[in-house]
Amino acid sequence: MYEIIEKKVLSDTVKLMKIKAPLVAKKAQPGQFIILRIDERGERIPLTIADSDPKKGTITIIFLEVGKTTKQLGTLNVGDSLENFAGPLGMPSEVKKYGTVVCVGGGVGIAPLYPIVKALKESGNNVISILGAKTKDLLLLEKEIEAYSDEFYIATDDGSKGHKGFVSDVLQKVIDTQNVNMVMAIGPIIMMKVVSNLTKKYDIKTLVSLNPIMVDGTGMCGGCRVSIDGKTKFACVDGPEFDGHKVDYDNLMLRNRRFIHAEGEACKLAGAQ
Amino acid sequence: MSVRKTKHEMPEQPPQERIKNFKEVPYGYTKEIAIEEAKRCLQCKNKPCMKGCPVEIDIPGFITCIAQGDFDKAAEVIKAKNNLPAISGRVCPYESQCEEECTLKKIGEPVGIGRLERFIADYEREKGKKPPKKPKSTGKIVAVVGSGPAGLTCAGDLARMGHAVTVFEALHDPGGVLMYGIPEFRLPKAIVKSEVEYVKSLGVAINYDVVVGKTIDVKELMEEYDAVFIGTGAGLPNWLNIPGENLDGVYSANEFLTRVNMMKAYKFPEYDTPVKIGRIVATFGAGNVAMDCARTSLRLGAEKSYILYRRTEAEMPARAEEIEHAKQEGVIFKLLTNPIRFIGDEKGILKEVEYLKMQLGEPDDSGRRRPVPIPGSEEKIPIDTALVAIGQSPNPLIPQTMKELKIGKHGNIIADDDGRTSVPGIFAGGDIATGAATVILAMGAGKRVARAIDTYLKNK
Repeated sequence: MYEIIEKKVLSDTVKLMKIKAPLVAKKAQPGQFIILRIDERGERIPLTIADSDPKKGTITIIFLEVGKTTKQLGTLNVGDSLENFAGPLGMPSEVKKYGTVVCVGGGVGIAPLYPIVKALKESGNNVISILGAKTKDLLLLEKEIEAYSDEFYIATDDGSKGHKGFVSDVLQKVIDTQNVNMVMAIGPIIMMKVVSNLTKKYDIKTLVSLNPIMVDGTGMCGGCRVSIDGKTKFACVDGPEFDGHKVDYDNLMLRNRRFIHAEGEACKLAGAQ
Repeated sequence: MSVRKTKHEMPEQPPQERIKNFKEVPYGYTKEIAIEEAKRCLQCKNKPCMKGCPVEIDIPGFITCIAQGDFDKAAEVIKAKNNLPAISGRVCPYESQCEEECTLKKIGEPVGIGRLERFIADYEREKGKKPPKKPKSTGKIVAVVGSGPAGLTCAGDLARMGHAVTVFEALHDPGGVLMYGIPEFRLPKAIVKSEVEYVKSLGVAINYDVVVGKTIDVKELMEEYDAVFIGTGAGLPNWLNIPGENLDGVYSANEFLTRVNMMKAYKFPEYDTPVKIGRIVATFGAGNVAMDCARTSLRLGAEKSYILYRRTEAEMPARAEEIEHAKQEGVIFKLLTNPIRFIGDEKGILKEVEYLKMQLGEPDDSGRRRPVPIPGSEEKIPIDTALVAIGQSPNPLIPQTMKELKIGKHGNIIADDDGRTSVPGIFAGGDIATGAATVILAMGAGKRVARAIDTYLKNK
């Protein structure tokens, strides 16, 4: 059992939890993820690691309540425990000195971006961060990420904070004025697609972190397979980070809708209880 | 005295009933039938049946006990060699092992050794298993990676030799393929758990959620333990590598079976994990896993469940019993067909599979006649779900993260017959070393390697 030792409500639908998982915390590196299961009847869901503290033995997860399991997770409190919590899974981020890097985060994708921003800064990069959300209340970890950024921008769809529009608009301006060596983008699939299309025009190396449906998370089921440059890769063991210019985003969007009907049914039933 | 020429039948659920549930198909022998079947054994002096047993059970020994009605003694005889008889008694291919060697085959059917093993295991489980005597501790500690058939057998045998054993399991349940792969109707999960409890009662500890290679490295295990056994199996699904394989509706057999068996998707929404199959399912491949997929689909409500296989029934790798059960249940075999592409609708949802008809040519390296495509024989059938069951490769996680281990060309860890790898103190056995094989061969490997580890620890 893995105890919840801290919980923060970041918005109506986004929550942060620190989970006691010393073995995972000891090994966790930026870019990796965990698989959790709430109880004996639960499904296994992957969540990217938002932070880790090897001394305290904790892993921070930040999640959007989007389906049955994340909604149920959101109802748990400090002192409650999760049945299973396995990790760290996947390959760590390619953290090294690139020069000038732009870190683009959208929605809850900002959470896993945070440890990468930190690591890139600590590796001596000039870090430019661009965070985006529908509205300012949905922005995450602004202060934390700003603290590790040389330049920091915000974009909101409704203009409630920062640039009114998309993160890609801001990225375009950055590219127009500076020499960018690498772009790291984590967020909704459509955002990663737009960012990758933009950087491809300028031939700027771009990494994205993919979030397909998984079951075991250890390379066994292939449910998380993604098409990279026409080749099938497993996001759980080959990723979750891939060259953004080579990802078949449309196939990923399609595969992430595989169980949308069942998800709706489960949510409705859970809501009725 | 004349001997009955045929095995006693094992009563089973009628096909039309069982395709509506996930309960086990055969009910097992009654005490009376078991005794009668045991009396068929000729008690050959040279015990030919034992030559066919990978886990070295004293087969005539336990059968004598059954014939005498002493089931407790029979259980003791089996348990002296095999810690998991309720499992092997269900999934072992006895027809090509112990029963293949039975003298009675000369006049008819062999003794139903597998059925008798199963009977005794079930008798013992229902009665409550006797706690075994604890051996004297050797003070040595061994890490076992993976709790599948190889790992459980190795761990149980090592514990009986007096070593302290900790098993590291990546998933949340024990059993490996016994839990995620083999369906409930062939191997009930309560039985797997009961067998695991027995292994734990021998003094084995199991740690879940530990992905060795990620959560902890083999090297770290080496620092802490006197020896390490790697039994991580063949969990990497093979693909057809044809267009459309990533469409919505195409699953690996592993994903499909894991959802249904381990995650209990057949009880959705009581359990949270879903599975979606639609009306028409096509399974590709003809091994036991393919039969499991096709039969599971029927139980999930598929109207039609096809098996597409590029050779003929004679070449099918599945056990005859599994093929027979699939046929009884209404699985449709489309033989001599080779899929060439999956076709989806405008939303990317699987709609059809196109295949070529085949004919058998000259024998290939495996000795089976090679299937050759018939030009211009393309056909399509509408399907909602495709299950790819054409085999698994060794799990790559440990080979990827432990560079000192020598790896074979199929991704397997290179080990000798006793499990010794290229690194002293690290042993490997089961599918991770041999490539995908059977449960009982993995158990046999676990047994041999446990002896080799014992010798290694004594000389260390």
